[in-house]
Amino acid sequence: MDAIVVSRLTKRYSATLAVNDISFTVRAGMTLGLLGGNGAGKTTTIAMLLGLLIPSSGSIRILGHDMARDRFAALARMNFSSPYIALPSRLSVVENLRVYAHLYDVPRMEHRIRELADELDLHALLDRPAGELSAGQKTRVALAKSLINRPDVLLLDEPTASLDPDTGDMVRGWLERYRAATGCTFLLASHNMAEVERMCSNVLMLKSGVIVDRGTPAELLDRYQRDGLEEVFLDIARGRQAEPVS
Amino acid sequence: MRTPPALRRIWGMVYRHLALFRRSWPRILELAYWPTFQMLIWGFTASFFANRAGTGGAVAIGAATFGILLSGVLLWEVALRTQMGMAVSFLEEIWSRNLGHVFVSPLRPWELVAALIGVSMIRMLCGMAPAVLLAWVLYAFDVFAPGPVIVLFVINLIVMGWSVSLGVVSLILRHGAGAEALAWTILFGLTPFSAVFYPVAVLPVYLQPIALALPSSHVFEGMRTAIGQGDHTEGLIAWGQLAWAGGLNVVWLAAACLLFVHEFSAARKSGALLNIGE
Repeated sequence: MDAIVVSRLTKRYSATLAVNDISFTVRAGMTLGLLGGNGAGKTTTIAMLLGLLIPSSGSIRILGHDMARDRFAALARMNFSSPYIALPSRLSVVENLRVYAHLYDVPRMEHRIRELADELDLHALLDRPAGELSAGQKTRVALAKSLINRPDVLLLDEPTASLDPDTGDMVRGWLERYRAATGCTFLLASHNMAEVERMCSNVLMLKSGVIVDRGTPAELLDRYQRDGLEEVFLDIARGRQAEPVS
Repeated sequence: MRTPPALRRIWGMVYRHLALFRRSWPRILELAYWPTFQMLIWGFTASFFANRAGTGGAVAIGAATFGILLSGVLLWEVALRTQMGMAVSFLEEIWSRNLGHVFVSPLRPWELVAALIGVSMIRMLCGMAPAVLLAWVLYAFDVFAPGPVIVLFVINLIVMGWSVSLGVVSLILRHGAGAEALAWTILFGLTPFSAVFYPVAVLPVYLQPIALALPSSHVFEGMRTAIGQGDHTEGLIAWGQLAWAGGLNVVWLAAACLLFVHEFSAARKSGALLNIGE
């Protein structure tokens, strides 16, 4: 079953074509990586998937719900994490989690918060204001917020940006365990190619709002005759062509 | 029995603001500061003029003037605090860069508005209670003296505050945080036309239609009728003015709701929700 179905999606801002006629699907339980340089259309695509932005044309179905007509039914089963959107800094961690537990109508709220605190090692942070946490602690709290409703689809915008390698690795490991345990579908936008290689079953390469290539990480490495996705990324960003498939 | 999800989402947003107040005493102080400050200045000013009124019939006129001035200050603060309370609560989401999380949750736009209304009521009550109490302690002034009709005046001013605030929120959705100054100024700018301290008839003829289009001017005309003019006419209820205020509020609120729906949809088309804090 496809968890995300995007069909001929386009977003135009007056003279600028931010996303141009892209289509893709993500099977339930898979992780799709969305790669591209700055201005490639990743954020615009994610914003449309989240219902923050209305497409100029095309359609999005998430968990069987048409985002144009029935986005709230899908949003209740989705969540989103980004280091670029903060949680209210004066509220304590537990207060922030309670706010989102209410917004997502989470049953047995306090139990769920304790569960997340156990899993993400947040107990010592629960009563501290969110604004006083370190970058790594904020990321763990943001992750707890994004998992509060046990989402079936999770959109991650550079989830490990600004984290040290140890914390980044812990976050990736936690996400992988969550996906394995729940069958959650991930859509991951990242500039960390090692992260994409590790986590993603499929990758979309975006450039100037267009999908310029797609495939599994192994397929892309093979197609571009490279050892790492970073080199593939640079090939695409700088306009070098893939090796013809023999 | 489980709470309906819509009510829970609304409560979630109200809880977010209550938690904020619990952790920020300057915010609580700010709620009561301006209503109390205004009441003190106008209270002493009104006392001064009432004491100069002399003896005989002038005393009654002085007392009525005192009542008109203090009632005007306190009731207008109800509208101002409601409007600012709602708009500032929305701005809090922008200042904390939290709006992205809120708008990708299942919270419906109308639920957000309901939560903002709830928070604005709490803010208004917290702000007005000390001012009303102090007016009673310092000047033996009872704002509720005109009787139950005062509730109708207050309700009309609250609803007008919501309408103006929804308009402000709509403009913030369109123009971003650059429009935030409107949260503090727009209703304050309507004070001269709201006939808070004087009848509409005092205004130049060409400004009177503007005043008469405001629910507040009818509320204050009605309030002055209830207080009386020092000629033993107090206690009368100007039902006509109340009807005008109520009718205009329906029109204003409907227009504000339509504007909000339009601007929210426009913001989702233009991408304004992605960078509303800039």
